[in-house]
Amino acid sequence: MKKLMLGNEAIARGAFEAGVKVASAYPGTPSTEISENLVQYKEIYCEWAPNEKVATEVAIGASMAGVRSMACMKHVGLNVAADPLYTAGYIGVNGGMVLVVADDPGLYSSQNEQDTRNHARGALVCCIEPSDSQEAKDFTKFAYKISEEYDMPVILRTTTRLAHSQQEVELCDRVEVEDKPYEKNIAKNVMMPANAKRRHVIVEEKLARLAKDGANFEINKMEINDTSIGFVTCGIAYQYVKEAMPNASVLKLGLVNPLPMDLIKEFAKKVDKLVIFEELMPIIEEQVKAAGIDCVGKEMFTVLGEYSANMLKKAFGKAVPAIKQNNLPMRPPILCPGCPHRSVFSVLKKLKIHASGDIGCYTLGAVQPLGVVDSTVCMGASISVLHGIQKAKGDEFTKDWVAVIGDSTFLHTGVNSLMNTVYNKGVGVVMILDNRTTGMTGHQDHAATGKTLQGEETNAVDIPALCRAIGVKRVFEISAFDQKGLEKLLKEELSLRQLSVIVTKAPCALLKGVVFKDKCKEDTEKCKKCGRCLSIGCPALTKCADGTIKIDQSMCNGCGLCQTYCAFDAIKLIKGE
Amino acid sequence: METKNIMIVGVGGQGTLLTSRILGNLIRKYGYDVKLSEVHGMAQRGGSVVTFVRYGDKVYEPIVEEGMADVLIAFERLEAIRYQDFLKDDGVIVLNDVRIDPMPVVIGACEYPKDIVDELKKGHTVYSVNANEEAIKLGNSRVFNLIILGLAAKHLDFKVEDWLSVIEETVPPKTIELNKKAFLLGYEKGE
Ligand SMILES: Cc1ncc(C[n+]2csc(CCOP(=O)(O)OP(=O)(O)O)c2C)c(N)n1
Repeated sequence: MKKLMLGNEAIARGAFEAGVKVASAYPGTPSTEISENLVQYKEIYCEWAPNEKVATEVAIGASMAGVRSMACMKHVGLNVAADPLYTAGYIGVNGGMVLVVADDPGLYSSQNEQDTRNHARGALVCCIEPSDSQEAKDFTKFAYKISEEYDMPVILRTTTRLAHSQQEVELCDRVEVEDKPYEKNIAKNVMMPANAKRRHVIVEEKLARLAKDGANFEINKMEINDTSIGFVTCGIAYQYVKEAMPNASVLKLGLVNPLPMDLIKEFAKKVDKLVIFEELMPIIEEQVKAAGIDCVGKEMFTVLGEYSANMLKKAFGKAVPAIKQNNLPMRPPILCPGCPHRSVFSVLKKLKIHASGDIGCYTLGAVQPLGVVDSTVCMGASISVLHGIQKAKGDEFTKDWVAVIGDSTFLHTGVNSLMNTVYNKGVGVVMILDNRTTGMTGHQDHAATGKTLQGEETNAVDIPALCRAIGVKRVFEISAFDQKGLEKLLKEELSLRQLSVIVTKAPCALLKGVVFKDKCKEDTEKCKKCGRCLSIGCPALTKCADGTIKIDQSMCNGCGLCQTYCAFDAIKLIKGE
Repeated sequence: METKNIMIVGVGGQGTLLTSRILGNLIRKYGYDVKLSEVHGMAQRGGSVVTFVRYGDKVYEPIVEEGMADVLIAFERLEAIRYQDFLKDDGVIVLNDVRIDPMPVVIGACEYPKDIVDELKKGHTVYSVNANEEAIKLGNSRVFNLIILGLAAKHLDFKVEDWLSVIEETVPPKTIELNKKAFLLGYEKGE
């Protein structure tokens, strides 16, 4: 049977068919749908972990115990999980273990454009890369074979385009894999210096063997056509080569770490000119050049963004239609109508407060007209960056600063930073914007929502109590829409120069079960065209040609924020039943 | 068959994903090789979103590039003009003739372009309807996308019966009748 599947759905299906028993993940675009699809397979235990390090360690434990395991994350998640990964490479596996890591060339929803293959090289682990949904499923299964045969964790690398493209995939049955017995093995599993020194030797040997054997793996494909040009490529870039230069010879690498250099040499001999076509960094290219093989790569193609067939055509001098330079207004993403973050940010804006920001929907607080957020680095950084600023410049300097962090991000790594601020006698105001969900990535539960990935009831972390337990003395909870209360509280806490945590509460406007009954409606007669209501940046509001405002009734969620910004009573809150 | 290319463009949250899913399932019925490419995540928060649908004997890249699209289905005017260069010379535009101001326009940093439809007509055949208004008349503003799909269906090579059965299989059971009605309304506007 065939089914249209996203790359991510196909990976979940591959895990199912491969007999995977345990999977853990932290959400992150473009990897989130893998777990959301794994959950339908009752044979697999799967869960949301609070961060990628935890997810990876869960997978390591399951593998050590003797079953096939998986952890999924976006590329930056692997930075968080790098610590366990680099040592898991030494330990190897018992049951097969695969980390699915999704890169984001073109930065569709990420804070950087890093290339996961660097981590694979650094951690001395195998990395394979599919080029469409069918391969996403097939390679996932193959990854477990490699993992067990070479006693090595395997990274399955994807990219946004692959993860979020659909194609027909042939479904197969699940093949149950017998659990391996757990054997206590201190020399293999306890990585203290003496043991790790020996394991490092073994890892290097295994990698060398894998590189040799890899030349015969079915996941690599050599297509000899016109031999004047030969492309070495991997992942989605292969599709662009086929589209743009259907007659060229191609070596498509499924195995991208370690590289099957014998195969590349063989291919290079068959073609006149060798061209390396890889998105992001010149990882294949540099190794091919180091092996003494003549080739071109980044001399022709950029290290930035996504590739395409037209880009390849252009590089070879073929005419492609150009996009006319147009000065159209951009349409950046914005906070939704009814979003509780908008209410909090408008108070910060009014008080002219600087915000050390974090990652989540509330990063959009940096976008005009709010423009409140000063910095965004990585998940959890808001609290520690503010601490650094305060230690650098003193608490007089940070008297109009706060840290803003979401509930999911606070549990991810923010809690460590808060512990540090308490421990090191830092002061300041930390705002936890608790919207009861992981909003940005599309509403995943987390340890404080009281629901598991399966939707079952479970313990919900009490965030204010957690802050108190860490040692924060001043912890407050307030509705995100209580603007007056929040303003007063903020002024008080900022003046004290102590450490305070303010948890602002209101569910995400798009969360299932949240219903807005009311609507805001303009009264054009009374509108004085001052534009003050537009300063909150709600997309339901527009300015008409005559300067009055209009509220789109299909978009409005009736949060009433615009009404509080109108001094002329020109916006009414129409109560719904 | 030469590969056919369709683009669906709009504003994040408008439901472009449902539209491409219906198209994908429909194309499968006809036995073509098909690839769809969507945008999830950050860009869905009110940003400009693009979905690509490609089908034919064999499809490689999942994206539609400059000068390749046979049909541009636009859920909003500004988005239509933003992507018009992706059309082939003889490509057609199916337009939801509505205006949604992006934030830079709302705050007065730039102006919403005037006379977009006239501009589009200079280069291409445009079929347009204000589907939001029509959807409200049907009793649910959210089904505007099915009206647009119905209008587009006139310019694609699939039978109405097949459209209707795929809609039945794809949309939530409770909304089947409403969605079918919306589709047919758009389809008839295409006459
Ligand atoms: C290390 C890392 N993992 C995952 C992500 C993807 N990601 C971006 S924001 C976010 C969560 C945001 O949730 P929350 O903090 O609750 O804020 P909200 O979006 O709900 O406002 C995630 C998981 C990331 N950017 N970095």
